[in-house]
Amino acid sequence: MSTGLERGQQPPVDVTEDELAALIGDRALARDDHLNAPGFVIRPDDVQDVLTDLRDEAGFDHLANLTAQEYADRYESIYHLRKYADPTQEVSVVVPTTTDEPVSQTAEPVFRTADWHEREAFDLVGIDYEGHPDPRRILLPETWQGHPLSRGYDQEKPQLVTLTEHANPVQPDHHDDESDTMFLNIGPHHPATHGVLHIETVLDGETVVDVDPDIGYLHRCEEQMCQQGTYRHQIMPYPDRWDYVSAGLLNEWAYARTAEDLADIEVPEYAQVIRTMGAELCRIAAHMLALATFALDVYGDFTAIFQYGMRDREVVQDILEDLTGQRLMFNYFRLGGVAWDLPEPREEFFEKTRDFLDGLPAKVDEYNDLLTGNEIFQIRCHDTGILEPEVAKQYGCTGPVARGSGIDYDLRRDDPYGYYDNLEWDVVTEDGCDNYSRVLVRMQEVEESAKIIEQCVDLLEDWPEDERTVQSNVPRTLKPDADTEIYRSVEAAKGELGIYMRSDGTDKPGRFKIRSPCFHNLSALPEMSEGEYVPDLIASLGSLDIVLGEVDR
Amino acid sequence: MSSEQPRTQIYDSTAPSTDTRDSRIGEGADDRFNSKLREAFGSTPFILTKFDKFMNWVRGNSMFMLQFGIACCSIEMMHTYAIKHDLDRFGAGVPRASPRQADVMIVPGTIVSKFGPRMKRVYDQMPEPKFVVGMGSCTISGGPFQEGYNVVKGAEEIIPIDIHVPGCPPRPEALVYGIAKLQERIRNGESTPVVVKPYELEEFGDLPQDELVQKLADDIDEEDLVMRYNWADSP
Ligand code: SF4
Repeated sequence: MSTGLERGQQPPVDVTEDELAALIGDRALARDDHLNAPGFVIRPDDVQDVLTDLRDEAGFDHLANLTAQEYADRYESIYHLRKYADPTQEVSVVVPTTTDEPVSQTAEPVFRTADWHEREAFDLVGIDYEGHPDPRRILLPETWQGHPLSRGYDQEKPQLVTLTEHANPVQPDHHDDESDTMFLNIGPHHPATHGVLHIETVLDGETVVDVDPDIGYLHRCEEQMCQQGTYRHQIMPYPDRWDYVSAGLLNEWAYARTAEDLADIEVPEYAQVIRTMGAELCRIAAHMLALATFALDVYGDFTAIFQYGMRDREVVQDILEDLTGQRLMFNYFRLGGVAWDLPEPREEFFEKTRDFLDGLPAKVDEYNDLLTGNEIFQIRCHDTGILEPEVAKQYGCTGPVARGSGIDYDLRRDDPYGYYDNLEWDVVTEDGCDNYSRVLVRMQEVEESAKIIEQCVDLLEDWPEDERTVQSNVPRTLKPDADTEIYRSVEAAKGELGIYMRSDGTDKPGRFKIRSPCFHNLSALPEMSEGEYVPDLIASLGSLDIVLGEVDR
Repeated sequence: MSSEQPRTQIYDSTAPSTDTRDSRIGEGADDRFNSKLREAFGSTPFILTKFDKFMNWVRGNSMFMLQFGIACCSIEMMHTYAIKHDLDRFGAGVPRASPRQADVMIVPGTIVSKFGPRMKRVYDQMPEPKFVVGMGSCTISGGPFQEGYNVVKGAEEIIPIDIHVPGCPPRPEALVYGIAKLQERIRNGESTPVVVKPYELEEFGDLPQDELVQKLADDIDEEDLVMRYNWADSP
């Protein structure tokens, strides 16, 4: 299934705002435009209708995000739609509901990914979705009282959390004579789950018949923290801790981009080049860890590939430490630029970076020898964990996971920011749709990132000394106009990392919603692993390369 | 190493190396097995010590860590195990995947309400004597997330902690230092401090009957283990 073919089937039609308004017609009660997209307010029982039309008639096939929030007089769910073929085409569908009866129609039959999103909206904000197939809490424990992001939630109230084993959803238990399925809890403390993920698995022999990822073991209230921080300085440290696998700068960029567009801040070109270079270094480090842990998952290789991956990450972390001052939690971006210029002496920094880049091809060859060229590895990964492109789109998968299924979607190219569109590089896609393709995509992306860094280093080396502005002038307190809303995203290590922000006229955001790529990628796990063997479930999970800090936020 | 390159090039020794057994039991003593320590003992290779002291010394020098990743700090913890920092140099670098084989638990990250009972369970599964290193600000106080509605304000609310390593995240060097300190304490025979833990796993039926418990009475069995968070009393 090649990308060209897909594009041929569904030509990216440009839909103008008027056409959209005509398509929605009377169902639009009002307009509520966001900075990034036109917004249409619709009735809570028109949700499926409108979304189906937008998907089938206008080609909005990507439900990027669902934001839920409570105002003084109403609840609101915002569906952020865009197109895989052209993510700059966006539309927001705003669904208000009353405070007394916050019930809205579910969007799950139109976009599968709405399933988890609506569970989260119910969990944190308290909106009910009528017709939802599985209306449970998702991040907080089942026994939690109240909805923490709703107004008037009392954080001081005591809460109870149970420690029970979970019931087998398919058949009674394997102890039963007649039943031949077995219920298996994988996690939340398990070496293969990459953190604190709990997978409720039902096995029939060695075949997986049912998988249900249970998340929320690392739900650290990131959105609440960001809503309590001021735009200028207090929010930036948090993005580092979403995808903490050294992808800090990529995440910071998501916030920087959103806030800069919200408050209309310019970024000097020089700072954009530094940002681009730093972000790509982060991507290399993140993909190295993905490779290292994948080798660990697939054949328990703690001694060779895992250690090689760590060795190379050390080098990258060293460079990043020189640049930012920290090994992992960089906090280097500022609104309107970066914190400081490259470290002095500059030559030394460039030399170090170039050394790393020069050594990289040999290392990549080594990885290919050990990993992708390895017969055992190929047997384990070829044709396992199949994720068809149409399914991937339904679940809102992005990043290497989508590109491993042949979906040509990369925000660095399709929704350009930073300095990317001035540089020479390619978007990597593979058509295998299996675990092997996802590994290949990451390996090749490392090489592409190296290309980008090299060009950035060249540019920075020759940058005239008196034009090295690292930050533009930004007012000390930022207070964007009240009720400005925006959704912006960047291509982070795992995919589309987006942020929705609504300002309420103060120096802190009124609502801060994180669209996490891992959250979507993980939700596709049941599709990839049901019907396969349990070892392949572990391999598929590894190939999704999730970070629980970002899944749970 | 290929066979054309003899080992002499590597070790600079002409002693036979292909057949270790021979060299061990062959004629005369082979000085390769004599360490500086052995030399110090002289002709009587016996030492007199207290059994407890000996055990503490052994314990401190052979620690099995629980492979336990929670949040961002676990990335730095992995780097501590891996090459360059190599925790194994200090006799403390073998991660075990099962708590039943481990005696040190590094808690690398934020504990949230849903994970609290699970962490307590894992801790309870480790055999005595067991030790805990709290890594990062999150395990001290909740760190950057202290004000969160869902965050336990420090791992010490749930399990006793021997060593706190501050930092967000602590550098691998800091973690190595923390573990070296723990080893020192173990060698000196110091035991884990006894602290009052505000959050315990209890049977649901044993909880005082207040509003919350009554509300949940239909959903939870009397015998189910629960952890009750009294957020208002948290530091
Ligand atoms: S202390 Fe900092 S780095 Fe460590 S888990 Fe907490 S937030 Fe993450």
